[in-house]
This record gives sequence, C-alpha cells and structure tokens, in this order.
Amino acid sequence: MIPKTKNVNPATVTAESIAKSAVVAPAGVASYALGLGDDALILAQRLGEWIASAPELEEDVALANIALDLLGHARSLLTYAGSATGVTEDDLAYFRDEPEFTNRQIFEQPNGDFAQTIARQLVVSVYFAELYRALSGSADPTLAAIAAKASKEVDYHFDHSYQWLLRLGLGTELSHERMQRGLDAVWPFVDELFRADGAQADVAVDPARLRARFDSTVPPLIEEAGLTIPTVQPARGGGRQGVHSEALGPLLAEMQVLARAHPGAKW
Amino acid sequence: MPEAQTTSAEEREFQRLIDADQRIEPRDWMPEAYRKTLVRQISQHAHSEIIGMQPEGNWISRAPSLKRKAILMAKVQDEAGHGLYLYSAAQTLGTDRDTMFDQLITGKARYSSIFSYLTPTWADMGSIGWLVDGAAICNQVPLCRVSYGPYGRAMTRICKEESFHQRQGFEILLQLMRGSAAQQRMAKESVDRWYAPALMMFGPPDDESPNSRQSMDWKIKRFSNDDLRQRFVDMLVPQAEVLGITLPDPDLRWNEERGHYDFGELDWSEFHEVLAGRGQANSVRVSRRRRAHEDGAWVREAARAYADAQAAPERIAS
Repeated sequence: MIPKTKNVNPATVTAESIAKSAVVAPAGVASYALGLGDDALILAQRLGEWIASAPELEEDVALANIALDLLGHARSLLTYAGSATGVTEDDLAYFRDEPEFTNRQIFEQPNGDFAQTIARQLVVSVYFAELYRALSGSADPTLAAIAAKASKEVDYHFDHSYQWLLRLGLGTELSHERMQRGLDAVWPFVDELFRADGAQADVAVDPARLRARFDSTVPPLIEEAGLTIPTVQPARGGGRQGVHSEALGPLLAEMQVLARAHPGAKW
Repeated sequence: MPEAQTTSAEEREFQRLIDADQRIEPRDWMPEAYRKTLVRQISQHAHSEIIGMQPEGNWISRAPSLKRKAILMAKVQDEAGHGLYLYSAAQTLGTDRDTMFDQLITGKARYSSIFSYLTPTWADMGSIGWLVDGAAICNQVPLCRVSYGPYGRAMTRICKEESFHQRQGFEILLQLMRGSAAQQRMAKESVDRWYAPALMMFGPPDDESPNSRQSMDWKIKRFSNDDLRQRFVDMLVPQAEVLGITLPDPDLRWNEERGHYDFGELDWSEFHEVLAGRGQANSVRVSRRRRAHEDGAWVREAARAYADAQAAPERIAS
C-alpha cells in the first residue's frame, strides 16, 4: 500500500519534471512502469518507420504525431521506473539487451502494410484508452498523473485508427481484403495484452478488467467496417517475462547502435 | 479596344498594390508570369520540405537519446506540415496539389539541391539544423513580407518553427563539442562537409542569376543572393566561435571597412553537378517518395471510394 502523498499535476508531468522531482518509484511500481514504458517505446520506434513513407503527407504527420505522444509516455514511464535503481530513461532504452525488455509482443510486431499498422493501432489504442483511464485513479500519484495526461492523447489515436478502419474496410475490394488480413495478422497478439502481470492491485490496473471493455468495444467496430472478427489462436506471448518474437532484436540493434558505440556520452 | 483598356487598368492596379507594399490576394488580377513564377517558387519550396524529411528521417530510428529522438521526430513532422501549408498556398494560384506532387515524384520539378546530400553521421543532424536551417531562415524571413498574401502568411508560420530547428541543431553540435574526442571529431567533420553547400543554398552569385531582377521588382524576392549569403556568414561566424568550431574557409576574416566578414570563393562546379542531378542522393530521394506514393495508392483510393459512398445519400436527399 502506497501512502497517498502529494498529487502530481497531469498537465505538466514530463520525463524532465519526474527526473527533477527526485521522486523514487517503489520497486513493485517500478517494474510495472517499466513494462508500460517498454510497450510505448517499442511502438513509437515502430511507428517512426512510417515517417516519410506514409501513403499521403497527412499520414506522415498523423503517424509521427502518434509516435511522438507514445514516445512522451515512454520517456515519463521509463524515467519513473529508473528512479527506483538510479538509472535514466536512456540507460533503460539503450543499454538493456532483448531479454530485459518487458514489452508485450504486439508492440514489437513489424508494421506490415498500412492496413496492418492501422489494425495494430486500433487494438492498442482501445487498450491504452481503457488502461490509462483506469490508471489515472492509481494510488501512485506519479503513475496517476502520467496516465491522466496520456489518456487524453490516446483518445485521438483511437479516433485516427477507427476512421481508417472504416475507410479501408468499406473503401474498395482491395482495401477491404488488406484490412481483414491486417486484423488477422495482429489478432494472435491481442490475448497477451490482457494477461495478469502480477502487479500491485492498488497501484496497477488488472488487465483482465480491461478485457471486458475491449470485447464490448472493438468487435462492433470491426463489424461496422464490414469486416470479420478474426478467429485465430492466441500467440504464446511472454513479453513481460522478456520473451520476444524475432522482430524485436533487429529493432533494438538499430535503435541502440549509436548510443552503444559511445558509452557514457551525453547527446 | 475596350479589352486592352481593361487589361491595362488591371495591370495598373496590380502595380499600385506592389508599389504600396500591399498584398496581392488570390482573387486579385495578376500577370500570368507572376503567377507562374510564384507557383514554381512555392512548389519548389514545398518539395524541398518534403524531400528534406529524408536526410533527417535517416536518424530517427538511431537517435542516441530519447529526448533527441523526440526532437528529431517533431522536426521531421514540422517539415511535412510546412510542405502541406506551402502546397495549399500554391493551390490558391490555381495549380492543384496532385499536379505539383506528380511533378516532384516524376523528377520534373526541382527541390533544394542541399537535400541531395547524405547524412552519414549523427552530427549531420546538428549541421542540418544549424547551417541548412540557418540558411533557410536567412532566405525565408524576408519572404514573410513577400507580395503574395497566402505565401507570406505561410512563411510567417514556417519561420517561427525554423528558428526552433536552428537552435536545436546548434545544441546538438554544442553538446558534441563538449563531449568526448570522438564526438568532437564527429561535429567538426560534419560542419566541414555542410558549410559550403549551405552557403550555396542562396543560389549563384548575383551576376549569374538572371531571373532575380524581375522577382525583386515583383517583391517575390526581397534581397539578392549575395546579400543574403553575406548576412548568413555574418551570423555564423560568432556562433561558430561559441561552438569552438573553425569554419572551413582560410579566407574568412572580418573586414573593418565593409563591416562584414570576407569569405573565399565557393566551388560552384559542385553546385552545378548536384543541380544537374549528379549529387550523392538525387535519384534516391525522389524514388523513395515515389515508392511511398505508389505503395499508398490503394489507401488513397479506398479513402476516396469511402468518401464518395458517404456523400452519395446526401446528394440523393438534396
């Protein structure tokens, strides 16, 4: 049980403000924040790959915007997670190896085509929206503030992917087919999002609680877009325990290469 | 006869607005050559923003800190935004965005040749910000007062963001120069590569720039290439001193009499080579954007089909 200390203002919470405040995350909270921070970081890195390659300029802007929001969440969460052991967001992002990353596997999956990116974005935006709404009531004031700020942003991300789900699902025969394939490709990784991760009940959100909301929200949207809810087997998962698909290694190699070539350097 | 009189009245009104430093707006009459020159200039600027996303986009995935990654992502996103405002400004002159974009991806339109250079090191993110955006600001600040209204208003917004970018580039280099020996080498090597190409961004010397006169008369161009280049060098030298970087020009020195820095001859043969399409990355830049456009055709088609289907019932109802 965490004593309710002073509140943190969601409007002004950033990686920098957390670092400056010298707040220290209790160990259980730190590992929870690390998992959430890794989720956001890895997805931001993936979405960044679209910049200058999107189907139209407006999407270069939109996907960059979403990536930037996620990177902001990641920076706050990793900074807070690192406070428990005296390491920085960059120590965590650049100097951990693959098995030490605890993101769930959906976030590391390759972008695929635009439809697959939208399928992943739809799933995770609904998940993030429910998660951050619930987490903004956390007993941990820093987590609550980060979540309250993120909550507003992910609502926009949801709207973006929902609009594209409709356009692609109901647009042309080809876009319909690709949107369906995108959903099918992403769906095996949905289940893992809602598995229990053993985090402290008063601080964290029980992911199983989010499942009901997801199940009542997403299938009707897929049907509205004239698409079918995939019936595929869930992947085995294990991201929170450091088990990853083949996609993560190359992503980390690229992300970390320069920082690791100059250990201890400031940028 | 009456027609000729009408035309000359329109011409007189146009000239009166230009002379009075007032703005020409999309519905005003304007000479065809003025319109054409503007479409070319604005669309080239838009293309430069769009192509310019690539040399910096090259480092988004590898930025060495999360803060730098965020700044770089935001910057590249701003460039896409600038491209969009500028295409909109050009569209007010009657050329649609698809036409302009098609000219870009088929290699018919020009973009600033500076973006045909490569970015092999992280320090290039600093040099692009400090030198390339710095030169762009010197070029663009006067354009906030350009005679064509929509262009001037787009430039006002763009210049605000560009000055952030320049400061961020300077900070990258400053951090490198305060860092390890390897980081300092990285910064110096990069500035050595970008300095002369940045100076060439202002275009050829005034006596070799035939179109400048008319553009100056129309107040589409407000200062000559050489004047702007001088202004840029005067701005850079003290900043280089703060960085502790020596600019790669042995002839660079303060001229008390002129009140400006003198600087050496630039190697214009390189500029003309890159302009002719023989730079390091000319074909790569255009083909990357073309590939993105072609790969995304089905997405745009779906969006159109969906929008048409949404609009259809309303048409029937009304």
